[in-house]
Amino acid sequence: MTLRDASLFLLVAFLIVLTGVMQSWNLALQVLNMGLISAIMALGVNLQWGFAGLFNVGVLGFVALGGLAVALTSMPPVAEAWAVGGGRILLALAVGAGTIALAVTLWARRVAKRGWVVAAVVLIGLVIFRTLFDPARDAIEAVNPALQGNLGGLGLPVLIAWPIGGLLAAGAAWAIGKTALGLRSDYLAIATLGIAEIILAVMKNEDWMARGVKNVIGIPSPLPTAYELQQSADFVSRFADPVTASTITVKLGYAILFAIVLVIILVLMQLALHSPWGRMMRAIRDNETAAAAMGKNITKRHLQIFILGSAICGIAGAMMTTLDGQLVPGTYQPLRFTFLIWVMVIVGGSGNNYGAVLGGFLIWFLWVQVEPVGQFLIGLLTAGLPDGAFKSHLLDSAAYMRLFTMGVLMLVVLRFSPRGLIPER
Amino acid sequence: MDWLNALVALTNFVFVPALSYGAQLALGALGVTLIYSILRFSNFAHGDTMAFGTMCVVLITWLFQGWGISLGPLPTALLALPFGIVLCMGLVLATDRVVYRFYREQRVKPVVLVIVSMGVMFVTNGIVRLIIGPDDQRFADGERFLISARDFKEMTGLEEGLAIKTGQALTVVIAVIAVIWLFWFLNRTRTGKSMRAYSDNEDLALLSGINPERVVMVTWLIVAGLATLAGTLYGLDKSFKPFTYFQLLLPFFAAAIVGGLGSPIGAIVGGFVIAFSEVLVTYAWKKVLVYTLPDSWAPDGLVQLLSTDYKLAVSFVILIAVLLFRPTGLFKGKSV
Repeated sequence: MTLRDASLFLLVAFLIVLTGVMQSWNLALQVLNMGLISAIMALGVNLQWGFAGLFNVGVLGFVALGGLAVALTSMPPVAEAWAVGGGRILLALAVGAGTIALAVTLWARRVAKRGWVVAAVVLIGLVIFRTLFDPARDAIEAVNPALQGNLGGLGLPVLIAWPIGGLLAAGAAWAIGKTALGLRSDYLAIATLGIAEIILAVMKNEDWMARGVKNVIGIPSPLPTAYELQQSADFVSRFADPVTASTITVKLGYAILFAIVLVIILVLMQLALHSPWGRMMRAIRDNETAAAAMGKNITKRHLQIFILGSAICGIAGAMMTTLDGQLVPGTYQPLRFTFLIWVMVIVGGSGNNYGAVLGGFLIWFLWVQVEPVGQFLIGLLTAGLPDGAFKSHLLDSAAYMRLFTMGVLMLVVLRFSPRGLIPER
Repeated sequence: MDWLNALVALTNFVFVPALSYGAQLALGALGVTLIYSILRFSNFAHGDTMAFGTMCVVLITWLFQGWGISLGPLPTALLALPFGIVLCMGLVLATDRVVYRFYREQRVKPVVLVIVSMGVMFVTNGIVRLIIGPDDQRFADGERFLISARDFKEMTGLEEGLAIKTGQALTVVIAVIAVIWLFWFLNRTRTGKSMRAYSDNEDLALLSGINPERVVMVTWLIVAGLATLAGTLYGLDKSFKPFTYFQLLLPFFAAAIVGGLGSPIGAIVGGFVIAFSEVLVTYAWKKVLVYTLPDSWAPDGLVQLLSTDYKLAVSFVILIAVLLFRPTGLFKGKSV
């Protein structure tokens, strides 16, 4: 890391401290925590795009899968739902998976009239699946629908959900990579964009799994909550303002947890970047034909790095849901979870791990702060205007300044410093 | 009469909505495919270009409504459409001048242009929300139905009604006119021919004295026109909401790729393939089956293959299938 890079990191640190001094330390720590998570997501995208040149715009899907993993791992199981339909739904899913596997095998075997055979297998499989699945789903969703109506989770400690989120995302990435990685760059982009939407549609509509748009709330926290701290006499006696102190303590705790994960991933990625494997990846990225001629298996390496990068996004998604304490599928928006991560990687510097981390922190800081700053500026500009519909419209619309600002920032960086703030070396 | 009722129900719930949705998708996919064949990148900002054009139409429609100008039974938006198209043309020409031209001169890889278009997407998205806000806007006026379900029932004496919204009828008529004009332009005029030449082989086209900047400019103008048209028709049929328009990007790409990226006919066919499969797979077939099957066979459930929430998934399954088994699409698009 050069002096310039270090000073850029210091600048971001200064901005976050300034937030603490000028606004509130709670907000500063919120920015820090989401900045840490964003940095991890940016590292995942950087692994795929910066190392290997894979254009993945399905980040949202993997982040959402990480969040789903948290709900499925850490929530207590709903015994009644398992009793009425758990076995049947698992059987139905097994039938579905078996049908797909059979169809794929038949197709690969090149049996006679394989088109018709495969179509018949899929159709029969679908009918069996629906006859098993539908009554089981209805039975589960009828169990205490106001609070549960789903199978619940495994009741494991929430920290275990983080690696499981990574594994779930990796599994999805394997299936996607097997089908879509042979495609050209912008076809891959569109395919991943669509698959992310499908993952989200499944999460929103399959209520038996994680309650869909009814949301899972009250996910157990790995740290004592602010409320628990306020109840402890020992904690209250130590601070003048125990309410603020408790929220700050909890956020600091998360910051330490997230920082540990970030450092582990960053160290591993730095080692990977400078290992023979990392050099091979960049060689493949820069010239696939030459790398193939040197005996490198391009498809396998692409699949490998696609899975690894997606797993990192999945871990970050699981961390974010843990921090929120709830899974709200409706909040997963492509602009926020796919394209904003791309802005982070592009602005920070693709191909450079430090760049991706810097981009994660800086862009997240701007994303949070552009809104109040925009509000303030528009407030100043419209101060002379008479009150009325026009003025209130302008004041309301300040919230959307952030999309505009992010776009302009990205275009400016692409134009004048296309390799990002900390370029690849 | 039962089979007639079944036919009417099918027309009402499947054929008419899918036809107008397909026409809207076709217009949008044509824009995507034209950009791809001339400028050689997948334009992620297309949905937002459409939102911008439609926003202009909505604002001008409100202005006209305020002045008391109307077209009688037709929506006032038709009168505002030309102004919206001109404003949208201004936007795309400005972005081309400020953003894309630089990269074109550098001859960067297509994927860089895709990333640049992501930036443009953010900016346009921001502008639209700054000006009109993120909420649903209705701007359709005039006669709401060409045929309403009740009139149809009274006319024919059938149990099932058939409703055709003015927006749906207009969509099909205008889309047909626009497509005929586009094909006439591409195949018969000098500029259109130079566009196709440029798309087929850039170097040969340059050698024969075609001015690339002019070709690019004309392409942007046509794309702005098609996008505004598609957006306005979609808005008249349903309603205008910036986020929905951003999401339409996905079916547009699906339609363009299914037909074959770079092929105008492909984009149109792709649009209808996507629209019809979305509607057919998510339609509850119970009603039709009750009419056509003997009573004892009548189904208990809704007989719906997938719930309507999976509409997007349908277009993507088709997209993936086409990419895997026929990567150039139905009409042999190009794969640069």
